[in-house]
Amino acid sequence: MGATETYSRGVRFAVERPGTVILAVAMALLSLDLLMKLLGMELFFLGVKLLGGSIGTDAFGTVLLDGLTVGVSVGLAGIGLSMTYSILSFANFAHGDTLTAGAFMGWVVAFGLAGLLGATGDVTPGTLVLLEATPEIGIIRTPLIVVVGMVAAGVAAVGLSLLLDRIVYRPLRSADGISLLIASIGVALALRYLIAFVFQTSSKSVTSTPLQVTLLGQISMSGNQFFLLVVGAGLMLGVHVLLQYTKLGKAMRAMADNQDLARVTGIPTERIVRLTWIIGGGLTGVAGFLIGLERGVVIFNFGWLLLLLIFAAVILGGIGSIYGAMVGGIVVGVVQAMSQIWIPSELTRAAAFVVLIVVLLVKPDGIFGGVTTA
Amino acid sequence: MSATDSERSVRGALREMVTDSDLRMIAVTIAAVYVLLVGVAFYFDPDQAVNLSATYIQSVTIFIGGYAMLTLALNLHWGYTGLFNIGVAGFMGVGVYAMAVLTAPVNPATAGATPGFGLPLWAGLIGAAAAASVVGLLTALPALRLRADYLAIVTVALSEIIRLLLNSQALSEVTVFGATFGTGGASGINYAGPSPIIAGTLFDTLAGPVTGALLAVGVDPRTWGIRPSNFEGMIYGVVLLVATAGFYWLLFRTGNSPFGRVLKAIREDELVARSLGKDTRMFKIKAFMVGCALMGLAGALWFGRGGFTSPTQFRPNITFFVFIALIIGGAGSNTGSVIGGAVFAGFLFYLPQQLGTVIPQALPQGAGAGDIAAAVAALGGGDVLPLVGYTVSNISRLRFVAIGVILVWLIQRRPDGLLGHRTEPASSIDINQRPGTGGTDGRPAAADGGEERE
Repeated sequence: MGATETYSRGVRFAVERPGTVILAVAMALLSLDLLMKLLGMELFFLGVKLLGGSIGTDAFGTVLLDGLTVGVSVGLAGIGLSMTYSILSFANFAHGDTLTAGAFMGWVVAFGLAGLLGATGDVTPGTLVLLEATPEIGIIRTPLIVVVGMVAAGVAAVGLSLLLDRIVYRPLRSADGISLLIASIGVALALRYLIAFVFQTSSKSVTSTPLQVTLLGQISMSGNQFFLLVVGAGLMLGVHVLLQYTKLGKAMRAMADNQDLARVTGIPTERIVRLTWIIGGGLTGVAGFLIGLERGVVIFNFGWLLLLLIFAAVILGGIGSIYGAMVGGIVVGVVQAMSQIWIPSELTRAAAFVVLIVVLLVKPDGIFGGVTTA
Repeated sequence: MSATDSERSVRGALREMVTDSDLRMIAVTIAAVYVLLVGVAFYFDPDQAVNLSATYIQSVTIFIGGYAMLTLALNLHWGYTGLFNIGVAGFMGVGVYAMAVLTAPVNPATAGATPGFGLPLWAGLIGAAAAASVVGLLTALPALRLRADYLAIVTVALSEIIRLLLNSQALSEVTVFGATFGTGGASGINYAGPSPIIAGTLFDTLAGPVTGALLAVGVDPRTWGIRPSNFEGMIYGVVLLVATAGFYWLLFRTGNSPFGRVLKAIREDELVARSLGKDTRMFKIKAFMVGCALMGLAGALWFGRGGFTSPTQFRPNITFFVFIALIIGGAGSNTGSVIGGAVFAGFLFYLPQQLGTVIPQALPQGAGAGDIAAAVAALGGGDVLPLVGYTVSNISRLRFVAIGVILVWLIQRRPDGLLGHRTEPASSIDINQRPGTGGTDGRPAAADGGEERE
């Protein structure tokens, strides 16, 4: 009886949500295929290879690590987007360019410091400030410069976020989400080309060949990549503690739920909005700097190009959910990296966007849907 | 009987006057762009002024036509139906590539070029609209039930997916049922473009009908010092303006039809429209498909004009430019869409770019600083010229900063744009006027839901 009940419930679910079922079957097939590839097994049917193949565990580990790196940086950048999305109720299209701006300011400070410490050799201050020189920067060689640059990137992004909120978004507090979205498109365009005006459109090389670290005698990665993973995980943990155990977190959740009710209960909504920009902006700037550190280059539109991935992460995790942004970021990163097992590597970005669209269509609330700002 | 007759004639006259003055507004805007550009040409380069003016006018006309067509198509989505589609670039890409694949030669002359189906241009244009509308349908079926901001993200992601697919090596050349065709991947695809075909037929320095007509009345355009490519461009610009007029007419008729009134009702309040028994989902899907078809066609006529296309043309930037043009003109107004397209293309996009080319040539040699650090350093020494030179030669970037600031300003201060304040009621009669009081101010009820100036 229990079995038939389960069966009939399963049939009803399949009829009501065919998309979900198809998705689940596809996921199961891909997992099976991956497992068989890892084990080096192949399944043939009428002479056609259906599943399996071979992929080395080393190659798989590298792919997974790359995915994790992208995921942590995207997740870190996504927290700010998720917070503004839930508290101010708009999709901030300028988020990616805030990330770029923070990263550029951070690297300018890092280069300046490198110049002061005499780590740059014989270059003029002008070339240094415009990121035209290539000093020997890296977390192992010059930890002080990297940390100072990272903090500067965070501070710069906070300042920029607060300034933009003051002149662009605050006058629009009572406007609907779409007006704010369109305004943020304008902000994105202005910021991006302001950066291009000052720094030109060529890509800037910001690190020298990074030194490698080896963990557990097995996994080898660059020190910069390791630093990104450690700082990213640490900051995510910090945000978790902040939102879970302080009054601020509670106030933010209240505001995300119902702004008017929050104000009635005495929550200083404007101050919470400011703190939202401060936390989100800071994390975004740091993420931008670390992405630059890991990739070794920054360019005027790298945040803009990253924006859709960040959106994918935030939506995947559920808008307004901080953990969602973290988990979503990692899922998007890993999906993007792992999809090259099946499809040409030039289409991995497309795969991440397909995941984004599928999530929006099948489960628009995301993985952590219904839980806002925590 | 006579009362209705006179009312009808009054209405006709009124409509004529309104459309007349709308046409005048558009013409004045475009004329202002031309006057400014010709002024720039004569001021900065008097020797080559005639040819330079022709260069300016042909490119800016093509820009205006392209932006106006796309803005009109987007107006059907956003202005009329309230569908927040920011995947314009993707639908354009589908249109242009459909035309390219259909019209590319079966056996290309150059080795390694991507073959196509070798169909004539008209088939390519129909294919462009059809392919874009099919992709629009595939998008609309699942996506239109989403919230506006989710639809925005889905469409922009879709446009990126389309661009990445077009860019992919996997689709660059495929063979299906013995027919070999493809996108050409990152290196793009060559085909017979509409501009050489249409404008080349109309204007050939010796044999075309336009040249023939001019020579017949004793005017020889070959003596004006204008390059033949500029003549071709100008003729094609006119072709695009005619196409824009066609778009305008189509959308004007659609907007004032029962179909269009339902769209406006959906924009205002979808629940009410559904309560009145309208299948709003079907209406939205149809409107989305028509808009996408127009985007595909506009893309084919504009971006695809020269006979070559590659994926880099379809970055999301173009989508946002079209959106900004629509907001400048005022969402919901077709006339506003055309004016917004012209203002954006002429004053914000093309003019600054050309100024950035001619002004540095007019400054003393080596006046502009190579980078902004040197410029600011010189400023400290009291020399403003390096900074001015640097700013002017980078004006093509600064114009986007200005466009962004203008967009924010418009949203804050004038969310209706230039003409968005015009009311196009969703009802077939003007419900703001009570019966009996309608005639007192001499304003007839707009029985056809037509545009009225405030």
